[in-house]
Amino acid sequence: MKTPDLLELAARNLRESVLRNSLTTLGISVGVASLVAMLSLGVGLQQLFTRRLERTGLFDTVMVTRGDSGGFAARPRGAAPADNTRALDENARQEISRLPGVLEAVPDLRMMTQMRFDDKPHRAMVAALPMSARDREAYENIQGSFFSSSNAAEAIVQKRFAEELLGRAPSPDETPNPGEPLPALQPLLGKELVMYYAERVPTASLPNAKPPTPGPSSTPPRPSKATAAPAPANGADAGLDTLLSAFSVVPQTRSLRIVGILAEDPDTMRGMGRARVFIPQDFAQGLQIMMPSDLRDGGALAERSYTAVSVRVRNSRDVPRVEDSVRRMGFNAFSVLDASRTMQRVFAVLDLFLGIFGSLALAVASLGIVNTLVMAILERRREIGILKALGASDLDVKKLFFAEAGAMGIVGGVLGVTLGWMIGKVINAGTNIYMHQQNLPSVTFWSVPWWLVLGALGFSLAVSLVSGLYPAARAAKLDPVKALRYE
Amino acid sequence: MTATTPTESGTIRTQEICRHYTMGTSVIRAVDGISFSVQAGEFIALLGSSGSGKSSLLNLIAGLDRPTSGDVQVDGRSLAEMSSEELARYRRHSVGIVFQAFNLVPNMTVAENVELPLRLAETDRRERASRVREALGRVGLGQRLGHRPGELSGGEQQRVALARALVNSPRILLADEPTGNLDSHTGMEIMDLIGDCNRRLGMTVLLVTHERALAERHAGRLLFLADGKLEADQPNSPRPGESGVAP
Repeated sequence: MKTPDLLELAARNLRESVLRNSLTTLGISVGVASLVAMLSLGVGLQQLFTRRLERTGLFDTVMVTRGDSGGFAARPRGAAPADNTRALDENARQEISRLPGVLEAVPDLRMMTQMRFDDKPHRAMVAALPMSARDREAYENIQGSFFSSSNAAEAIVQKRFAEELLGRAPSPDETPNPGEPLPALQPLLGKELVMYYAERVPTASLPNAKPPTPGPSSTPPRPSKATAAPAPANGADAGLDTLLSAFSVVPQTRSLRIVGILAEDPDTMRGMGRARVFIPQDFAQGLQIMMPSDLRDGGALAERSYTAVSVRVRNSRDVPRVEDSVRRMGFNAFSVLDASRTMQRVFAVLDLFLGIFGSLALAVASLGIVNTLVMAILERRREIGILKALGASDLDVKKLFFAEAGAMGIVGGVLGVTLGWMIGKVINAGTNIYMHQQNLPSVTFWSVPWWLVLGALGFSLAVSLVSGLYPAARAAKLDPVKALRYE
Repeated sequence: MTATTPTESGTIRTQEICRHYTMGTSVIRAVDGISFSVQAGEFIALLGSSGSGKSSLLNLIAGLDRPTSGDVQVDGRSLAEMSSEELARYRRHSVGIVFQAFNLVPNMTVAENVELPLRLAETDRRERASRVREALGRVGLGQRLGHRPGELSGGEQQRVALARALVNSPRILLADEPTGNLDSHTGMEIMDLIGDCNRRLGMTVLLVTHERALAERHAGRLLFLADGKLEADQPNSPRPGESGVAP
């Protein structure tokens, strides 16, 4: 029998016992809905966490350090020793930024410095921040604004530091809602913060050992010790000579306008080195701040090198490839992608368990299919006999029952996916109403991707066909003579 | 499938055919070593009392049942050696069967019942409608296509069953007590239609009946069965006009 005829007959048979078949189909749809609901919860949670983690900027970032440095990672096995390790200078940074999959490679500039606010000194770690950081989650709920440009003399301060500047006691716990305004800290916005730092001035640019000319927006340097060029002691080592002949260190001050306050701590992963004040990347680079790497390299290098370069990749999937490329260049590379991989494995296990629980209802529904089709065989015994007498083969009869089981599976699957999607929507909406009442931001922890829709439909069809195996085989084996005698 | 000497289309030959059933410890010999031959286009009546083995023999010839021993050859092909798929194809294309109980599918219309063998034979959908109308027109039910079997009289149902048996133009028509559930006048009409198929279409007809008068009016040969054995094989001169129904 041709497939269209087979399907037509199957549909007719299903319509004949519409109530029973509808109930069976409903059972399947509940099973599929349960499966979809469970898995969409798992998938949604995974996507939520992944999104959150990716937006922290940690999972699409590779930190690059010199091959001999112990900054973020130990020197890789087989890496060149310290004396011939490649410098992490501007050339290297540009080379890294041209690697496939790399969006940007920015020097990691950070320093411990003194800040003055209302003539009171405060110590703080200051870090440079590229404009691309604006999209990271930590800066999403910034109070005030992000930097107006990458060269602006502006600062974003972390909430704890802002509290310190205002002389307020630190809040006992983190703000429950990062999006919630910090009204008490509002007065800080637009205020001036004075940063003290050491400028690195190449000796060549100081013809008369004069203090370097500050930039147009800089405040005049304090009349303190102009250069760090004391006379070398007798027998002093050549390295110190080189260092002192390479550049001078000039104390500088710079006024910064506070434009934003961060409720979150975006630098959590830095531990001791986490910054409390952020300044624009290009602005920071223009200040020629004296960095620890300057002391390490001394004047041995034609160009100054960086302690670390932060490499942002287009996709977290590119991280391993970029890490390999960077290591081949002779640098250390570190990312937290391994943590992401572990998280993916955890979610895979979670999805598996949720899928198993969700499938239980479908397994019960499959028994309903078996029951319905076995009942159909008993009721349509004579009809099967007639079909066989008219020339239907065993395979035709088998296919007819398979088609009926499959039709119930597909219809139940479609209904189930719709039902599961609706359940998800309702629960998500209900949860968000609760979150809103608790002043928490809305979240989407429910996701029904296309692969889940197709997978659920396929699984429903497969379960239905497997359920139809026994009834179909039983119908096909019916003796037509006995079937025709059946009353 | 064994191919023997090619014969004319619609010939039947049984060789010592047996069909035994086991009921507990006893063996019931429904068909017990029957041999006979039927030429293409013959009208044969199988006569006998209830339990004589007529229907069992018909089921064996229809390919609905397999013999315990012996063989049935139709057009030189052994049914005993056919696979179940080949037997299904044989039933689909070579034989048409009419039952005493009509055996129409109750939830299908008249047209759909008659169309069923065409579906199984994978006949083109466009061709089916005309063949269904033609078959139903031949039995005088051209206007009842959309009715369900439950809406028809017994005679009309049997006409539908006959149209269904004929729609694939089989070479052999097997009728198992086709008038058993009908009144005598309606039964006569059905028999005339069957006789007409035999005469006009050259179809081989095997009629199972316990009504000798009916058999004598239409069949060219009478086979008498008793206790599963062939008791007599008599030639007969059919008298189709005697019924008063136009042939």
